[in-house]
Amino acid sequence: MTNFETKGQHFVALCMFGMLLFNYPILALFNVPGTLFGVPVLYAYVFIVWGALIASMAYLAESRG
Amino acid sequence: MLHSTTIILISFAYLGLLFAIAYYVDQRADAGRPVIASPYIYSLSLAVYATAWTFYGSVGRAASDGVGFLPIYIGPTLMIALWWVVLRKILRISKRNRITSLADFVASRYGKSALLGGLVTVIAVVGILPYISLQLKAVSSSFTILVQYPEIVMPAEVGAAPIREDTALWVALILAAFTIAFGTRHLDAAEHHQGMVAAIAFESVVKLLAFLAVGMFVTFGVYNGFSDVFARAAAEPALRVMLTPLEGVAGGYSNWVWLTILSMMAIMFLPRQFQVAVIENVDEKHLNKAIWLFPLYMLAINVFVLPIAFGGLLRFPDGSVDADTFVLTLPMAEKQELLALLVFIGGLSAATGMVIVETIALSTMVCNDLVMPVLLRLRRLRLNERPDLTGLLLGIRRGAIVLILLLGYLYFKLAGEAYALVSIGLISFAAVAQFGPAILGGIFWKGGTRAGALCGLLAGFAVWLYTLFIPALARSEWLPIGLLEHGPFGIELLRPLQLFGLAGLDQINHAMIWSMIANVGAYVVVSLAASPSADEHRQASLFVDVFRLSGEAGGARFWRGTATVPELYNLLARFLGSAAADSAFAEYASAKGLPWPDQRLVADADLVHYVEVQLAGAIGSASARVMVGSVVKEEALTIDEVREILDEASQVVVYSHRLEQKSHELEAATAELREANERLKELDRLKDEFVSTVTHELRTPLTSIRAFTEILLDDPEVELGQRRNFLGIITKETERLTRLINQVLDLAKIESGKAEWVDSAVDMKEVISDTLAAMDQLFKERSITVEALLPENVSPVTADLDRMIQVMLNLLSNAAKFCDAINGRVEIVLSERDGCLRVDVRDNGRGISPKDQSEIFSKFHQVGGVLTDKPRGSGLGLHISRQIVEHFGGKMWVESDLGRGACFSFLLPTGAATVERVT
Repeated sequence: MTNFETKGQHFVALCMFGMLLFNYPILALFNVPGTLFGVPVLYAYVFIVWGALIASMAYLAESRG
Repeated sequence: MLHSTTIILISFAYLGLLFAIAYYVDQRADAGRPVIASPYIYSLSLAVYATAWTFYGSVGRAASDGVGFLPIYIGPTLMIALWWVVLRKILRISKRNRITSLADFVASRYGKSALLGGLVTVIAVVGILPYISLQLKAVSSSFTILVQYPEIVMPAEVGAAPIREDTALWVALILAAFTIAFGTRHLDAAEHHQGMVAAIAFESVVKLLAFLAVGMFVTFGVYNGFSDVFARAAAEPALRVMLTPLEGVAGGYSNWVWLTILSMMAIMFLPRQFQVAVIENVDEKHLNKAIWLFPLYMLAINVFVLPIAFGGLLRFPDGSVDADTFVLTLPMAEKQELLALLVFIGGLSAATGMVIVETIALSTMVCNDLVMPVLLRLRRLRLNERPDLTGLLLGIRRGAIVLILLLGYLYFKLAGEAYALVSIGLISFAAVAQFGPAILGGIFWKGGTRAGALCGLLAGFAVWLYTLFIPALARSEWLPIGLLEHGPFGIELLRPLQLFGLAGLDQINHAMIWSMIANVGAYVVVSLAASPSADEHRQASLFVDVFRLSGEAGGARFWRGTATVPELYNLLARFLGSAAADSAFAEYASAKGLPWPDQRLVADADLVHYVEVQLAGAIGSASARVMVGSVVKEEALTIDEVREILDEASQVVVYSHRLEQKSHELEAATAELREANERLKELDRLKDEFVSTVTHELRTPLTSIRAFTEILLDDPEVELGQRRNFLGIITKETERLTRLINQVLDLAKIESGKAEWVDSAVDMKEVISDTLAAMDQLFKERSITVEALLPENVSPVTADLDRMIQVMLNLLSNAAKFCDAINGRVEIVLSERDGCLRVDVRDNGRGISPKDQSEIFSKFHQVGGVLTDKPRGSGLGLHISRQIVEHFGGKMWVESDLGRGACFSFLLPTGAATVERVT
């Protein structure tokens, strides 16, 4: 298997994982009143996961093979 | 007070700056020094995704359902995670086939079908019209609002302006002129618009900065940071429900999911995204940066959306101000004149960026995939005989740009007022999502056929028209509203917004479900039912296997026929101009190692394919095929022949894979051989060293024997005492010689495996006692105390008795030689443990340094400096002893501290280990 294929599979896995996190029922767990760092829980959750997703993509895209 | 003239002047200054950037970059590119070949510019140009809708509309959407705007950016982020797999493939396919647009891509995939290209173009144009109208609406209403500064009045309350003061129309016309200047300056076979891309990248920076500026102003200037905004919102009962927005809303999660899927499609298949991501891409490697920079851009431009939305809702609680305008009206309400102006420019940059790229992409499609195929088929026009068609092509594109923008304006007038910005944009998203099955299916599934793609697109588009486009017109009272409430002819089941009774869903959600069922269903079912033609089969393989089939000439294998070079040249010159045709032919000729023009250039399959690909860059693949077909006599290939060629190709691939494997194996074998050779060389070196050492060792005693015999021979007068002394030395040296030669022979035997071993049960206790007895005299002569600690009974070991005695003799004579000269003491200990016999021979000499300990068992190693000590052995004894012990499965080592004597030990296995060895 080439590096390109391995990398592709990592990206697909990352996408699947992202879809899971941005979907019912995980999303519902955070759709609750209350705040995190002064930001409503749901908003904080979405932005944190989003940021983490981008960071992982950056790591994967810039890593060798 | 902001005067409208000031705003207009600043707007024009901004557009002028854009044009200057584009002009400069184009000049540089023409001079052969492109500046846009950077992953950062590429990433920024992708941000053309963020339009006026993002700029103004996100806040509007957030003000009504909180996080509901985010799937439009999270979906693309998830899709971009797949870009490594999907977009890389599309890029490769497009580069190899000179794809010029989305429509061209679909047409080319399904057998260069002009019909399919036309259909995609129509869907794209109709589908994108709402989106373009959205931009016009955003610019014109933000202008109308800004002019009222410091009053905040909604555009609807200003009243209809006479047509000559209609900002939206002026915006449309100015943008049309601007786009024409940008995108249709000249024809480029690769459809690269470097100047435009640079300008778009610049616009992306401007809109991001403007939005961040207003976001920071609202969050940190008006309020005290994020927590303050959210805390105040939570204090308002009306707003509290929005903090957990997914609950309560009917189909909240379903909407979220479908919006995500919709946006995933949009980021791939919006014509402008396809244009910047695929057509304008200059280097596949830029993807590595874009994969994370572009999502990061989307994250950044969304961070302040919620604070602005809540800030607006708190500031204008009575609902008098449209939430779509909060970005602009908040700074205005706070009397921030300059910030409001900056926001307007930011919105303008978002809108112009979208309109420019979208209309360029659409005009290319309209020209290449809609108008040209029709014109070329109309024999009355005799286009085939016109010498130069570049002017015509540019004319068509310019006309298309004006037409598209005017249609966008028309849609704005017809339906624009009834919807919020986001809803208008989503209608367009849903339209381009219809391309998803045909394109994604097309690059991963060879079974997708032209008929399948046609049916899928038609079905999906029809459902889209019925469930989204018609309701939009109905809501704007251009169609009877009863159609929505009671369905056509009063058939309730067919109500456009509750098709087949599916109710309780968001309008977009509802449309997506039905259109995707229709689209995917028709695509798959019809594809499976219809068998593909030869053309389709070939294109399917070229697309799906793009990474396996190599070389740009991959398509050339599929052509058989006759043509002439001048005909092909004239064809290219008609569409690209003679200069471009010359350079294209020169490039081709030089690849073949010929000058241009040259008689030897033959119009073979390669050249025909090359010309077709060049032509495809200008007029699209379907038209290019028709044109090339008009000048060459082509023999149509049957589907079986295409299959055969493809099989051949895949066999070649398999074969080359095997070859590769073989060459890998060869490489491995070579490496092994090289290693073996190195080892042999090393052994050879060791052997040479051995021979030279042996000779050296032989020469020393020989020299002294010879010296003394010569003395005795030359001088008969030597005294008797002296003579005896000399003869004694000679005898000793001769013995040394004999011993050395014996040991060398012995070693040679052992190492070559020719030594004879007589295995028998050997009692080590006996061996030690016998050896000690034999050496008794020697020890006494040197007055060395010998102490032997031998147990009563030990198990026998299987070994060669004589060899074991040899080992013991060697160890003991070494001990005798090296122990203390005055108070010499040697200790022998025999013990048995864990199925092994252990023998220790300890002396009290000066010991062996750690460095020598590791060397002492090697051949000819003698401890002691050459200058200070006379060597007192051959240097082979220990080496042979160790070989003997190891031969019987044991091991030998030495432990020593300098000045404290040395202890040589060896282990020999008894019982089981021995038995095993013997059998």
